[in-house]
Amino acid sequence: MTNIILEMRGITKEFPGVKALENVNLKVKKGEIHALCGENGAGKSTLMKVLSGVYPYGTYTGDILFNNEVCNFKDIKQSEELGIVIIHQELALVPELSIAENLFLGNELTNKGVINWNETINRAKGLLQKVGLSESPNTKVNDIGVGKQQLVEIAKALSKDVKLLILDEPTASLNEDDSENLLNLLLEFKKQGMSAIIISHKLNEIEKVADSITILRDGQTIETLDVKGDQVTEDRIIKGMVGRDLTNRYPERTPQIGEVVLEVKNWNVCHPQQLEKKVIDDVNLHLRKGEIVGIAGLMGAGRTELAMSLFGRVYGKNITGQIIKDGKEIFLKDVTTAINHGLAYVSEDRKGNGLILMEDIKQNITLATLDKISKGSVLDKNKEMLVAEEYRQKFRIKTPSIFQKAGNLSGGNQQKIVLSKWVFSEPDILILDEPTRGIDVGSKYEIYTIINGLVKEGKSILMISSELPELLGMCDRIYVMNEGCITGEVSKEEANQEKLMTLMTKSKVRG
Amino acid sequence: MEPQLKTNQTTTQKGSSLKSFLQVNMRQYSMIIALVFIMVLFQILTDGLLLKPLNITNLILQNSYILVLAVGMLLVIVTGHIDLSVGSIAAFVGAISAIMMVNYDFSPIVAIIISLVLGAVIGAWQGFWIAYVRIPAFIVTLAGMLLFRGLTMIVLEGKSIAPFPESFQKISSGFIPDISSGGSVHLLTILIGVALSIILIISQWKSRSTQLKHQFDVQPFGLFLSKVIGLVLILNIFTFVLATYEGIPNILIILAVLIVIYTFVTNKTKAGRHIYAIGGNEKAALLSGIKTKKMTFMVFVNMGVLSALSGLLFAARLNAATPKAGNLFELDAIAACFIGGASAYGGIGTIPGAIIGGLVMGVMNNGMSLLGLGIDWQQGIKGLVLLAAVAFDIYNKNKAN
Repeated sequence: MTNIILEMRGITKEFPGVKALENVNLKVKKGEIHALCGENGAGKSTLMKVLSGVYPYGTYTGDILFNNEVCNFKDIKQSEELGIVIIHQELALVPELSIAENLFLGNELTNKGVINWNETINRAKGLLQKVGLSESPNTKVNDIGVGKQQLVEIAKALSKDVKLLILDEPTASLNEDDSENLLNLLLEFKKQGMSAIIISHKLNEIEKVADSITILRDGQTIETLDVKGDQVTEDRIIKGMVGRDLTNRYPERTPQIGEVVLEVKNWNVCHPQQLEKKVIDDVNLHLRKGEIVGIAGLMGAGRTELAMSLFGRVYGKNITGQIIKDGKEIFLKDVTTAINHGLAYVSEDRKGNGLILMEDIKQNITLATLDKISKGSVLDKNKEMLVAEEYRQKFRIKTPSIFQKAGNLSGGNQQKIVLSKWVFSEPDILILDEPTRGIDVGSKYEIYTIINGLVKEGKSILMISSELPELLGMCDRIYVMNEGCITGEVSKEEANQEKLMTLMTKSKVRG
Repeated sequence: MEPQLKTNQTTTQKGSSLKSFLQVNMRQYSMIIALVFIMVLFQILTDGLLLKPLNITNLILQNSYILVLAVGMLLVIVTGHIDLSVGSIAAFVGAISAIMMVNYDFSPIVAIIISLVLGAVIGAWQGFWIAYVRIPAFIVTLAGMLLFRGLTMIVLEGKSIAPFPESFQKISSGFIPDISSGGSVHLLTILIGVALSIILIISQWKSRSTQLKHQFDVQPFGLFLSKVIGLVLILNIFTFVLATYEGIPNILIILAVLIVIYTFVTNKTKAGRHIYAIGGNEKAALLSGIKTKKMTFMVFVNMGVLSALSGLLFAARLNAATPKAGNLFELDAIAACFIGGASAYGGIGTIPGAIIGGLVMGVMNNGMSLLGLGIDWQQGIKGLVLLAAVAFDIYNKNKAN
């Protein structure tokens, strides 16, 4: 069996109280892209940490064979020496350093301890070319977008003479264009003989690039599929992941749409530092009671900026325009005013902007609406626990107790906490920014069900998403943004991916 | 939905044995254990001098102004900042109060009020730069440390001012009056101990029964009982020991009131929750409608007031305002918070923790002085204890993860 580059046999890894992996087997062929699928908490990341030496030899049982040799990695350095390089979900770049400095971080090209800048820059240029980046190696990582940062990560992996590249959710924070770009790059590397393991929740991508798929569920290997031989479809993968057929990825809903509750007129926002730069340019939109309205757009189209400028002017300077709610113009000078007027904003960055990871579930849920659990300014902690317990059950937050720290939960459950927090504030209008980013299929369905439940209660939803199928599946109407302008408005009936894509890339039309 | 709640709760209750409960609450108790250990150690080393009534009273008097600072400092550290200027502010306010009372014959009450307001104004000055201009607190308060030390020396013209009126001195050196006179034991002190015990038992019992009513997880009954009995015992032994000397010092009343108020504020009020949220994740706090700037500003105003109070207590105890007053107080207060489990990154820390941390430092100071160790050794050993305490804390956290 010389065509197998990696074999993991009977891997079992236990954490105090939890068996994260149980007798897991994985075989990766030379020169193939192998996808690892499974719901959050299925053990994918743990398995990859075992492989790369993050969990050193001895803390797990089972064997790792790389090129038919048994490997007992004590740390990441040892696995990297053999050419196993892992790119984690959270990017590990230093934002204030240049691309070139990041590329060789830890492996600086030195001459007697002094950095050889000429060689560094030259080699950096070569690596950037390989991943299709035209940026100067001296650019600060901070100054390039997330999509390009991901490519820098890959270039960094290439600098280490990689034989097996592991990508953990590489496209989670990328828009469609950047994702496409990255996947094509992977296919290119495959042609050159590199093997790769990719973890992703985006099944359409897996279908596109993977040669074989191993599905994990609850820490166990369920099956390995051969994409070409087994006629693998997305539904087939989902069935393996959740252990049952998921007939419809978007729950059914009969829209009951009322009159207009929110109108935004001539909304203009300038960049907080570069005041001459208009980030939002004359945006007009409206939202009806019981309606889910999507906002589509590429990264940098201004969707998050629009949401955050509406939500109590958290973003932007020199904001002009009108917000009309229930027929009356309102001025939302800060977040508190926005909350009091029945607005809620669920941030795209749930760890950075949504949750206090070191605090427990109940404190996170009540944070935006402490008034409801207090008399005067004194908190009623018993009431708080009852509220948290209610949401834990209502939204099926999977946790041993509401005293668990938010940071210890999986992405899907964290998102449910953020949703609980904002639903508890009893808003009329919820702005959901990428509500299912980085969440597994099962949890996504649950989040969609929650969203549908909210509109059924008469709330209105503005949903920002980079996943077009999600917008098409969930929304009654979709606005498309590009370069800070609304470039189009499409109803559910006329919407399709091509139409949205065209509008998303349509440039400014000035009349 | 209701019955489901019940079954869930009973299963978790069954799972929570005494051992697992102790494991979860280990952090909370580890510092108390450390304090008891240090006390026992010095009690043995000093042949029983440490816990003599006179020395216990001394311990309280010596550490009160650090504990007052530690209370304010804890809030500052929880919001993710630091305050290096508290010692200098204490000295400056002490100096101004001396000028008012000694040089201009202000009545102590008026002088105290003006001093506390002055503390608030100084706190507001620093809070403005930190919260609204967003200059790191380290820099603003480093500047404040120099600025107010300089101002202290200017207003005192490099000399000490003394003596204070007797009524002012009494704040730091007096004791509460007794109801009966002539006895060898301070009766009112004993009675206060008993009264507090009753309040403690009732409130603990009440909170436990409401939690049971809501079917929440509670401490196992045996542990609850031994905890309450233990607390009552410690409380009464403490008041009895004080009673055999001169009774409860005035300053202990001030301190106790502060501790109760601030524990309540941090634990049970919206303001307290906001402070922890800001320290935990400022952006998330802002997006949840918390006025992060105003709250940060208020935390520093509060620190200013408590610095002023600390300066008054110190001046009253010393019966003089000196240019060197309050030197290195900031470091003792900061150390107290960290020994008491506060996180240098913000978001974590408790008032009782900071008080225990302050007592650890205080007992060590006092114990080492009783042993006749020089200030050189004392400094070194205190440094190592601070490092060891925080290392132990981080080790525990890593183990928990």
